Parts: sequence; C-alpha cells; structure tokens
Amino acid sequence: MQVKVRKRSRLTPRELAIRYGFLVLMAGLLVFFSLASENFASPFSAVFIFQSVSITGILALGVTVTLIVDGFDLSIGSTATSALMLSSYVMVVWEMSAVWAVVFSLIMGAMVGLANGLLIVKMKVPDLLATLGMMFLLVGLQRIPTEGRSISTGMVMPDGRVTEGVFSPSFLYLGRNKFDFFIENLIPVSVVVLLVLGFIVWMFMELTRHGRLMYAIGSNEKAAELAGTNVNRYKILAYMISGVLASIGGILLAARLGRGDIASGNNLLLDSVAAALIGYAVLGAAKPNVFGTIIGALFIGILLQGLTMMNAPYYTQDFVKGTVLVVALVFTFALSRRGGAH
Amino acid sequence: MQNTAVKIQGLTKAFGANNVLRGIDLNLPKGRVTALMGANGAGKSTMVKVLCGVHTANAGTISLYGAPFKPTSPADAIRAGVVTVHQSINDGVVPDLDVASNLVLDELAQGHGFFMNKKKIRKQAQELAANIGLNVDIRKMVNELGLADRQLVAIARAMAQKPKLLILDEPTSSLSAKEAGQLFELLDRLRDQGVAILYISHKNSDIKRIADRIVTMRDGKISGLFEDAPLDYQGAVKAMLGRRMSEFSIDIPQVGHPVFQLEKLALLENSLPFSLTFCDGEIVVITGLVGSGKSELADVLNGQIRPTAGKMLLNGGVYAPKNQAEAIKAGVFRTPKDRATNAVIQGFDITKNITLPFTKKHAWAGFLNRWSEANTAKHTINELGIVCQHESDDIGSLSGGNQQKVMVGRWLAETSNLLILDEPFQGVDIQARRDIGEKIRNTAKNRATVVMVAEMDEAVEIADRIIVMVDHTVKGEHRNENLDLDAVLAQVAGASESEQLNAG
Repeated sequence: MQVKVRKRSRLTPRELAIRYGFLVLMAGLLVFFSLASENFASPFSAVFIFQSVSITGILALGVTVTLIVDGFDLSIGSTATSALMLSSYVMVVWEMSAVWAVVFSLIMGAMVGLANGLLIVKMKVPDLLATLGMMFLLVGLQRIPTEGRSISTGMVMPDGRVTEGVFSPSFLYLGRNKFDFFIENLIPVSVVVLLVLGFIVWMFMELTRHGRLMYAIGSNEKAAELAGTNVNRYKILAYMISGVLASIGGILLAARLGRGDIASGNNLLLDSVAAALIGYAVLGAAKPNVFGTIIGALFIGILLQGLTMMNAPYYTQDFVKGTVLVVALVFTFALSRRGGAH
Repeated sequence: MQNTAVKIQGLTKAFGANNVLRGIDLNLPKGRVTALMGANGAGKSTMVKVLCGVHTANAGTISLYGAPFKPTSPADAIRAGVVTVHQSINDGVVPDLDVASNLVLDELAQGHGFFMNKKKIRKQAQELAANIGLNVDIRKMVNELGLADRQLVAIARAMAQKPKLLILDEPTSSLSAKEAGQLFELLDRLRDQGVAILYISHKNSDIKRIADRIVTMRDGKISGLFEDAPLDYQGAVKAMLGRRMSEFSIDIPQVGHPVFQLEKLALLENSLPFSLTFCDGEIVVITGLVGSGKSELADVLNGQIRPTAGKMLLNGGVYAPKNQAEAIKAGVFRTPKDRATNAVIQGFDITKNITLPFTKKHAWAGFLNRWSEANTAKHTINELGIVCQHESDDIGSLSGGNQQKVMVGRWLAETSNLLILDEPFQGVDIQARRDIGEKIRNTAKNRATVVMVAEMDEAVEIADRIIVMVDHTVKGEHRNENLDLDAVLAQVAGASESEQLNAG
C-alpha cells in the first residue's frame, strides 16, 4: 500500500515555497519599489496599475477558461481588436447608439468563440492551429471595411462619404470614468468590470457543476466522457466564454481610446496568456485558475509600473515579462512535480 | 556452443508497491519462435519493456549470447541487438517518408555526416528489402501502403539492425489472413537465419502456424512452458488463466425478473448473432480471450458503439443509447477498464472523483452542494473500505486498489438497472479485489450486473453465471456451481479455431 501520509497542518519548506513563493515575491516587489521610488506607494500609481491590468486581466480570464478544458485560445487578442473596430464602426459609421455597439460586439465575440469551438470539436482541428487561423482571419477582416484605416469621426470612407457619427458619452464613460473610493476619481470602470467578471467566472468555475465538469475534461477527457459528460458542448462553451470576454476587453479599450485604432491591442494576446500561465504558480495550484490569473495580471502590472517609475526604458518591458513568465513556469512544473508526471 | 540467444534470470520489476514481475526465468533459443501468452496484467508488456530498454529491472540478469544485457534506453537495446515491433503499426514507421528512408531510418538517426546520400540510401534499402524478401516499391511513401505492408516495412526496418532477438507484439491483430500469411513467411526466413523470435499472441491459428514453443505468464511469473510437438494450446490457456486455490464459494441466489435482454445481437458485420438475458439480482461474468468481443459488447451495452444487428431491451422497452450520457440516464452504468486512461481524474480529490457522473444530484441551480458531495463520498469510503486520511485526499495519493474502489464506488452511489464492470480487478491487490467483489455481490439486488474478466479465478469468485465469448459471439454458458473449469477453459481456448471468420 503506498498511501502517502499527508500532514494537513504542517507543510515542508518546499511545499511552503511552492504555495506562497509567488505571493511573497509579489509582496517583496511592492516593498522594493516603494522604497526605491518615492512615488510608487501612492493611490495614483495603484490606479495606474489597475488601469493597465484590467483589460489584459479580462482577456486572461478567457484564456484561463479555455486552458481549463485543456484547450488554448490564440484568437483573443484579435477578437478584442475586432470588437474595438466593430463598436467604433457601429457608432461612427452607422451612427447607432452605444448600446448597439456593445451588443454587436458581444455577439461577434460569442460567434468567434462558437466558430473556434466548432473548428476544434467538429472539424478536429488542433486548438492552437484553429485559433491561430482565426486570429489571422480576424486581423485581416477588421481592416477590410475601412481599407485599413483607423475609425474616427470625420474620416473619409472608401466610398467618399465623410463619417458623422460620434462616440457617445455613455460609451466613453466606460473607458474614462473613475469612481470615488476614499479619494476622488480613484477606480476606473474597467477595474470594476474586471473584478465583477473575475468573480462571476470564479464562481462558475469553482462552485458550479459545469465548472467542475470542465476541469474534469481538462484533466482526463476520456474519463469525463465515460462519466456521461457532454465534452463537445463544454468545449464549445469554453471558447464562447473566451470570445465574449475578449470582446468585452475590446469594448473597454475602444471606450478608453475614443477611436477605432487599428494598431492598438498588439500586446493583448501575449500579456493575457502570460497572466494566465503565471496564475498556475499562485498558491501552488499547478493548474489554470481564476484567482491565480488575476494575481498574475496584477503581478505583471506592478512589475511594469515599478520599473517605469524607476526609469527603466520601455523596450525592456517585454524582456522582463518574459523572464517572469519563465520563472513562474519553473515554479509550476519543475518544483511542484505535478505538471506532467502522474 | 550457444543455442540460447537470451537467458533471463530472476528478473523482477515493481512500480511502487505493485510487483509486476516477480522473478522471471526464461531462455529463448536461437532460430526458434517462442510464443508468449498471458492475460492482461500478467506482466507480458512489462517484461517486453524491460527487454527493449523502456523500463529498467529492479533485480535479475539478462544475457545475450552470454554477454550481459542491461539496456538503458530503447536505442541502447536496439544497438545491442534486441529489436521490438510494437502492436500499433504506426509506431514502427514514419508515414510521411518513403519506404527506403524508413528502412534505413535507424542508421540515419545514429549516423554521421550531415547530407543524405539519396543514391546510397536507395541502394542500402534495396539490399535490405531483397534480403528479407520484402516485395514493396521502396520509392513509395509509407502512407500509401496498406497496414500489412507497413507492418512488413516495420519488421524490415528492425531487421536492418541485424537483431539477435526480435520481439513482435500481437503483430497480426490488424492484419487479414492473407496479410498474416505474408508475415509468417517472413518470420520463417528470419528463423532460418538464426534469429530468436519472441512472439506475443493469443491466437491459436498464429501459434499453430509459427510457434516452436509456448511460454505462459501469470502474476508476473512464468506459469508454463510447452515445447513438445504438437503444441498443447489448451494446456497453455489453462496455465495462463487457470485457477489458483480459492476458498470462495458462491451462494447463487434466486434470480428475479429479466432486466436486460439482448436479442439476436451481432457485434460485427460477419460475427454470429447471439441472445442473452440478465436478470435482477444476478451477477453474470463474461469471459474470453483478448479480441473475443468482450470489450465490444461492453461498448454496445452503454452506447459507445452500435451493434450491427439485433436489439436490446431494458425492462421490456427498447434500449438504444446514442452515447454514454443516454445510457446513464437509462440507468445503465459502466466502470471502464484501464482506470488510469478511462476513469481517474488526476488532480481531483476522492470526493470529486466519486461524484463526477452525478454532479446534478448534488447541485442546486448549477451550484454544487459540497456538504452533500462529502456525505456521498464518506458513505462510499466507508462502504468500500477505501484506505485514506480524508475524503478530500488527492486521488493520486491512493494505491491502485483504492483508486479502483473509488472508481467502482462512483457508480454504486446511485441505483442502476444494469451495472457493467469492465475488468474491475485490473491492477488491484488481492485485498482490494476481495473487497470490491464482496461489495458487488452484496449490492447485487435490484439490478442486473455484468462483469467482464479474463482470469478464471476472478470469474469464479464473483459470478452466478459465466458466459464464454469467442469470435465476438457467445460460445457457452455455465452456472457457477460444481463448475467444470477444464470444460470452461477448453471453451475459452477452443475459441480461436474459427478465427478465419473475423479475419479480413
């Protein structure tokens, strides 16, 4: 009998390191930056961090959901920029209201997710390739209506018409308003959206039977199926959730920028994937999880803000993010030994 | 002096607490074909994996023509002259390369230099092909070849290594009779060249055609050696499945009304249809060799595959599930075989593993009730005697036997009309086997139970009735009372005589 005796109360130093190492590292960073840069420990730099993290975080939630069913969604970045372009187009060119802009974008996100899911489940295209293809398709598609130009009021359309629609104030509110929280104008709307969505997705994944079954699919698809789970339906659902979350991110980005900027959102994919993967290391989960993903996004935000305030040049940012990701993956797979081995 | 190509002495191998090989002593003479037989879990594949360098033995020695042989990797084993052709044909060939490149692949992989000399490769490949009489255009891509030709290419490729020992793992399992004939001709030639061949198969027709001797394994030991012509196939089957002393005696209960009926059901296009009835409170064991159709029957019963003819009745109504979910809804539960691949959810704790199929019962508006889940789990742990600290222990921390108890307990948690247990004693220690068997018998009322097992003593321990399957149809039925084991085993073995039926 190889029943491992497990002590529930006392953990070995190694287990402690695996479980709390990343949180300690994050706290250490906070302390370090606060000491090294006098402006770092202020509510406004906190706001800046939250603001920079919120859209990445929302996309990362979607990545997490697809990772949970052992899938992967590479198309989230381009889904987000497509939502950005679509919502701008709806308001500026079609001159419709903010509500329609949001509704169309959400539907588009869900449809992209559905297409991804069907490609993977019905056409048996491997997840990475299906969503990579979708990514290219969307990157190209979003350029066609405006012949590759960004969307703003007063721009000249391909047919010579000058656009007259505007971004409605209520739409811009989503991106620019800040709620009072002890200090005036502290919390941006996008942060509230992230927290609310994070809570909903967390609840869905951890507390409902659907989340449970999705985790089961991710761990052993065959076994989940033999236990009567409709594997295909849950996989499609995961990609649809991912698509909708990405389109929400795109809407918020459009509201912040106030124009349909064709070049924005380049970093969205890599940053949100990094956040979700860093999340594996949080609390020693060694699997995709919502809480970890949000911490992962926050971690990246703190690191970048701290470095910026210490005058590190902008071109070092990607290098730093990459390093953090690699370290987090080592935490997860090498130290905890739960990664591949059964 | 050397007629013995391979000499294995005292070979043992354990995975954790699970002793898979318990001291193997075996000689393989050169220029002879040794057939190796053994039920699932007897240790055949582990022994092969030690020989071909995938696993390292815990103790014991292997010598190859007198020289010690201790491979550290598959490549190492091949270099030393032990070459294996695995069951799944595509493991042995690279489909996107031409035949010539496939034949010299190992040399390419080990070779020196950077550029390939196409002409030289062709020439080398041609020689190899001619040497073993391979009749395939070597410029063809492997993915344009049929299964049999692929198999021959895989073997030819193995022969390029000039093996001293060639191991073939169920090589005819996907070949037609004619294709198998080609393979046997090739093996005849290799035998004449003095290669020692270890041939893993249960098929009587294969063994009759090609084997010079039969070795049987059970429980990690050699249980029989048959060298006298004509080879005693039935004796070998008995040595492989036969019965150990078992103090079990079964009280066969009064069976209730028929719960589940199979009417003129056919599993394959050309297999004979059969009818069966499973009654309330009754435990029916279905036994047979690998490939006899047990697994297919289990798949049909719970909607994984459709029968080619006939129908099924559940409590009198037509039962035709399209998938597992529909089967479960109808109250037909199945614990699949190979729990690691088909049942265990790694990373989940005991509770989550137990409640997996019935999360709906523990949820309100989709939200899970942890308390209700934990209660079910505690109940199951108690009932089956699962050894653990807490119901929230990770499933991976349990021994194989306890994991299997969890998998069985998963389906005992709700009431079923028909419970199918597919090899429930696979990779399970003797105590767990007793516990599971007892539990199944004690709960047998108010449902019909079907258990698929290959080993006869497992069958005898649990069954009210034993059904023997051969060639995807029912060959015989026996009440488990004053059972004539020899007759049952003869039926199981007698089996493969009519194998031509499903070849092709």
